[in-house]
Formats: sequence, structure tokens, C-alpha cells
Amino acid sequence: MENLKIGKFEISNRLFVGTGKYGTYEIMQKALDASACQVVTVAVRRERLVDAQGRSLLDFLDLSRYIILPNTAGCFSAEDAIRVAMLGRELLKKQGNAGAGWVKLEVLGDKKTLLPDPVGTLEATRELVKEGFTVLAYTSDDPRSAVRLKEAGAASVMPAGSPIGSGQGILNPLNISLCLELLKEGDARFPVIVDAGVGTASDVTIAMELGADGVLLNTGVAHAKDPVKMAQAMRHALEAGRLSYQAGRIGKKRYATASSPFDGVISYIPGE
Amino acid sequence: MTIKVNGEERELATGTTVAQLLEQLKFTPRNVAVELNRRLLRSDRYETVLKDGDAVEIVTFVGGG
Repeated sequence: MENLKIGKFEISNRLFVGTGKYGTYEIMQKALDASACQVVTVAVRRERLVDAQGRSLLDFLDLSRYIILPNTAGCFSAEDAIRVAMLGRELLKKQGNAGAGWVKLEVLGDKKTLLPDPVGTLEATRELVKEGFTVLAYTSDDPRSAVRLKEAGAASVMPAGSPIGSGQGILNPLNISLCLELLKEGDARFPVIVDAGVGTASDVTIAMELGADGVLLNTGVAHAKDPVKMAQAMRHALEAGRLSYQAGRIGKKRYATASSPFDGVISYIPGE
Repeated sequence: MTIKVNGEERELATGTTVAQLLEQLKFTPRNVAVELNRRLLRSDRYETVLKDGDAVEIVTFVGGG
């Protein structure tokens, strides 16, 4: 598969995998490996003051192998998202990881739906672009919001298939395809990543068949009965969907078209 | 003096620097990022002396999507 370019970042695998909610760090490591992903997402949180012997995610991520994409999950205002983005960038600079400089921007509306706040997301995008960030903006599947984020300077727009962690897949393929159409008008290489809602491998394929440049997922793998096997499934689903999109599907027809010729049949054909 | 560290109030000796606070908490400076009064504090400024009423956030990475 050809590389994907997002701002100055060049990525060899179009599946972005999250590091949250695995049973153990060891399972996470194996699942990331099985997914063949190059980009992994992480969250920024307070260091624990009590549990000193607690193991750290950083001890389980091979930073020479993965490009870390820090998110601003848990932020409900542009201001907080900007603070978190700055902290994430600083941490990655210290770690010497290539991910220092980009951010998966989430500005959420409420804790129940975790749906993005379009105004806050737009404000934070403008500000973070000014601060030199490569912004990957998480948004709903609303095509106009997606266009506004691109105009504000987002390097990639990431429409949700369905709510975060819901496993409902791509609920509105029409909206996703309209996002793709509008964002890529005259700018075919503008990267669009479907983010959130993936429940199973076919969801990834559907997103890629619609023409998405990549898929970001977490819960679909982390909470599968066998996360490692599901990670492998996601990897192949992404490849299948990408190839299928590039190959160009046939049109849908109302009636059948025979694959074997009628010329030369020895049978009786009803109606003829 | 009293400062807030990750939302919890702590008593610290007057003159304590950010670097000393990290050491007291046994945090590896490389694995954390620090905010002082809601502004990012880069590591070349960890010798900053804390003042009474300061709010410090010390963060790291955790699993997330």
C-alpha cells in the first residue's frame, strides 16, 4: 500500500490503533503488533501520586517503532484541549518520538455521548495550527463541520462512524462519503481518517471502500474476546477495503446478470 | 507554603523548585510534562521556585484512543 501523508508525517500503515482499555499491557503489545499499525494513540493524564509501583504505558511502547499520536480525550473546552495538546507535545519531545508536533484533537460536548463540540473543535483547531501543530480533528460525520475544520487549517479531518466506543460501525455512509467528496474536492490527497465506532472488521472495510484514507480504532480491538486475533482481522479488513476502493466496485443493478453465457445452452428457458 | 499538585494540596518547604518537587514525588522528569498555573513549563525551567498558592499539574501518557 502507498504511504499516507498527513502534514509532514508520512505513514506506512493506514490503521491507527489506540492503547486504551486492554486487559493487560502485554495483550496491548501483542494486539498492536498483530495490527501492523505504525501510529498508536495515547491519552495525557495526571501522574499518579500514590501508586508508585504502578507500571507505566511508556514502558510497554516501543518508541522506536511507533509514531505516537497524543489525543485530547476528556477535554470539553477548546482551552483545555490546547493545554493537553501542549503537554502531549512536550512529553513526546522528551521521549524523542516523531509524534511530537501532531495531535488528535477532541473537544467533546458531554460525557454521555462523547460527541464532538463543533464550535470548540473549530476554535481549538485554529489555535493549535497557530502554535505549529499538525491537527487531526475528530468531528462528527457532518460534512459542513468537516469542511470548516479543513478551512481552519486541520491537516486531517476525522469523521466518526458512530459514537466513540459504541461499536455501531458506520451509521451514515452517505454523510461519510459526502465528507470525503467535499474535503477532497480539488485536493484528492487531503487525508480523511474515519475515527470511532468501529465494532468489527467489516466496519473498517466499509470505511475504506467509501474512500477513507485510514481508520482509527481502539475499543473494537481492546474489548474483543480475542484482541490479538481481532487486531489481525482489522489489519486485513483495512487492506481489503483499500484494494476494493482502488479496484472500483461494480454498479448495483435491480436484476441479475448471468456470469455464464446463455448462448449455446441446451436447456429450456422459461418465457422464451 | 501550600501548593496544589494534581488537584491535591501539599505542604512544601519554602524555596522548593519544580525539579525538587519531581524528585520528592519520585517522578522521572523524562516521563512527565509539567504545567504551572495552567501554562506549560518546559524542562529547561524546572529550576523555577514554587510560590504559595501555585497549582502544578504533572502528567504522563496513559492508554487512550
